[in-house]
Amino acid sequence: MLLNQFLLLAAALFAIGVYGVLARRNGVLVLMSIELILNSVNINLVAFSAVSATVGGEIFALFIIAVAAAEVGVGLAMVLLLYRNRRSIDLTEIDQLRG
Amino acid sequence: MSEFLRSWLVLVVFGGLAVAVVGTFLGLGSLLRPQRATEQKVMNYESGVDPQGDRWSQSNIRYYVFALMFVLFDVEVVFIFPWAARLEAYGMFGLVEMAIFIFILALGLFYAWRKRLLRWI
Amino acid sequence: MFAQAETVATPEVLWWALVPLLVLAGAAVLLLTVASLVRRLPEWLPAAWTIVAGLAVLVSVVPLWNEVQDDGARSFLAGAVGIDGSTLFVTALLAVAVVATALLSRAYLTREDLPGVELYVLLLLSAAGGVVMASANDLIVLFLGLELLSIAVYVMAALHLRRIQSQEAALKYFVLGAFASAFLLYGIALVYGATGATGLARIAGYLSTTILLEDGMLMAGFGLLLVGLGFKVAAVPFHAWAPDVYQGAPTPVVAWMAAGVKAAGFAALLRVFVLTFGSWSGEWQPAVWGLAILTVLGGSVVAVVQTDVKRMLAYSSIAHAGFLLVGVQAASDRGTAAVLTYLGVYTLLACGSFAVVTVVGGAGDDRHGIDAYRGLGARRPWLAGAFAVLLLGQAGVPFTAGFVAKFGVIAAATEGHSYALAGIAMVSAAVAAFVYLRILVALYMEDRHLEDDDEAGAVEVDPAPWGPRIVITVSVALVLVLGVVPGPLVDLAKDAVPVLVGG
Repeated sequence: MLLNQFLLLAAALFAIGVYGVLARRNGVLVLMSIELILNSVNINLVAFSAVSATVGGEIFALFIIAVAAAEVGVGLAMVLLLYRNRRSIDLTEIDQLRG
Repeated sequence: MSEFLRSWLVLVVFGGLAVAVVGTFLGLGSLLRPQRATEQKVMNYESGVDPQGDRWSQSNIRYYVFALMFVLFDVEVVFIFPWAARLEAYGMFGLVEMAIFIFILALGLFYAWRKRLLRWI
Repeated sequence: MFAQAETVATPEVLWWALVPLLVLAGAAVLLLTVASLVRRLPEWLPAAWTIVAGLAVLVSVVPLWNEVQDDGARSFLAGAVGIDGSTLFVTALLAVAVVATALLSRAYLTREDLPGVELYVLLLLSAAGGVVMASANDLIVLFLGLELLSIAVYVMAALHLRRIQSQEAALKYFVLGAFASAFLLYGIALVYGATGATGLARIAGYLSTTILLEDGMLMAGFGLLLVGLGFKVAAVPFHAWAPDVYQGAPTPVVAWMAAGVKAAGFAALLRVFVLTFGSWSGEWQPAVWGLAILTVLGGSVVAVVQTDVKRMLAYSSIAHAGFLLVGVQAASDRGTAAVLTYLGVYTLLACGSFAVVTVVGGAGDDRHGIDAYRGLGARRPWLAGAFAVLLLGQAGVPFTAGFVAKFGVIAAATEGHSYALAGIAMVSAAVAAFVYLRILVALYMEDRHLEDDDEAGAVEVDPAPWGPRIVITVSVALVLVLGVVPGPLVDLAKDAVPVLVGG
């Protein structure tokens, strides 16, 4: 097994996801970036699970898939709420809260 | 090359062959066939009816509720498949657990229904 | 036709130990069912139901506590869930916070004319998530509890339908919270890769018996876990969401965020770092040390320049998180007990303070500037007096419970020879006291000119409904009593030091 390749792939996806969350202004793209990070975690978990011959990682990946769906459901609903109020999903326009 | 990579090599060769075969036939076809385009011929195909509107159509944002609910309930299947595969082994305990699981899922659907989210607009 | 399937041994379930969780989750499910079936629910019912559920959890914790004290901690469900003193201690705190939040929410929802079954359902589910976190004996369970807690709170923050600030706060909280969860997960994945287990007891066993030649992956895992949990408890530099979210979210929900979410977050931090990674404390302590210093200083200093009381309290809650981290950094039983004591006191202080803010906020939930508090001492002596006690408690003035809490964590730090940290914590406590003093000055010293008032539409504070009144009275009384007689809480916290059982 080539663990390193999997870890590198996961790390690359993680980095792309983090970049997406930090640099993107579009709400939906930010959500997609978060999903990307979660999937990189899944790759990691499944790879480790295969290497260490334990099933914990695979089960964890299943839970992550389910929870990610719930999370993105809430997130999309919030982005839509924002869209209804502002006609825009640009996250940089969130400016009502200032100290 | 490791055993692991070699097993993937088969897939790569197979995929390459598939692309090559399809590409060859489509390429030959486009070279050999006569090309006389008329307006009727390049029109979008919509089951024989005259197409309406643009090729690029947006679906209404209202339908997002259905999409979201589909995704949410669809994903829960990841828990039901492994359970179903080992249904007998888990016996009564598994049955009761899954009954509770599905009851709570169904409750979510029920709540959405009572909130009138399921009406087709 | 089918081969006789071999039966799988079903995991042992200690149903009695799951009672608090089942009460909370069951109450939520039942409330949702009833609310879906009955078109018009009496307005008081969801709140009363939630309060009853919270009190039931509090009552059920008592026999469990005795059981655990007599027979020791237990783990069940194949070692995935554990029950020990800290589980029950945090469960009780969450139950208190649920009752307080429900009392505040009832008054708030009536005043703001909002529909309100969902808030209570989400509150109960979120509390259930917190209980799951506090009893997690496996990283998978910990993650599930965290998400149950967080996703419910994201929605709760958005529940004020007519305030755009509420929705912006929710979206901000959601994006950063989901981001933090992702970091946490990556950390969990790396720890799993390094140790080959997700069970906390297995990880602890592996770490204490194995010498790793290459510990890079484990260290990265520690770091990412710390980042993820640091986000949840709002530690500097991962605190950016807290002031905005506290300012925008409905005030009762903020009380829950400050009291409940923080308690659950620190329960997880204690379980994962102090308990599971305890044998490697030399590796993660410096990171927590730095985090604690940044958090106490950052929270206290930035709070000084705020003009919005909700934001001030947000920064002060960040500073409190810093003091809690000082206790975590000690990585000792004494530190853990101090953290639990602090959490107990802070639950009271947060619920009480945000109850006052709920009342003063007025219809529309937007009178949170410090101006709204000017001269309150003259117009509403009782309310102002209660707020003064709670603020002094937050500042850690002697003869309030806050002093006991702060003293505990700083003593734990000095015992662990972290003198610099203890010193900085004390300095920032003094800086933070300035913030509370500013509000106190506004309450009592600054008289508003009454003639200006009439022209500016007289920001008069409505009389407090009985819900917030109960929360304020009880929290003030307890803060004072625990300040004079801290013994019971401190002893409980000492008995509540978590233990890892099972494999």
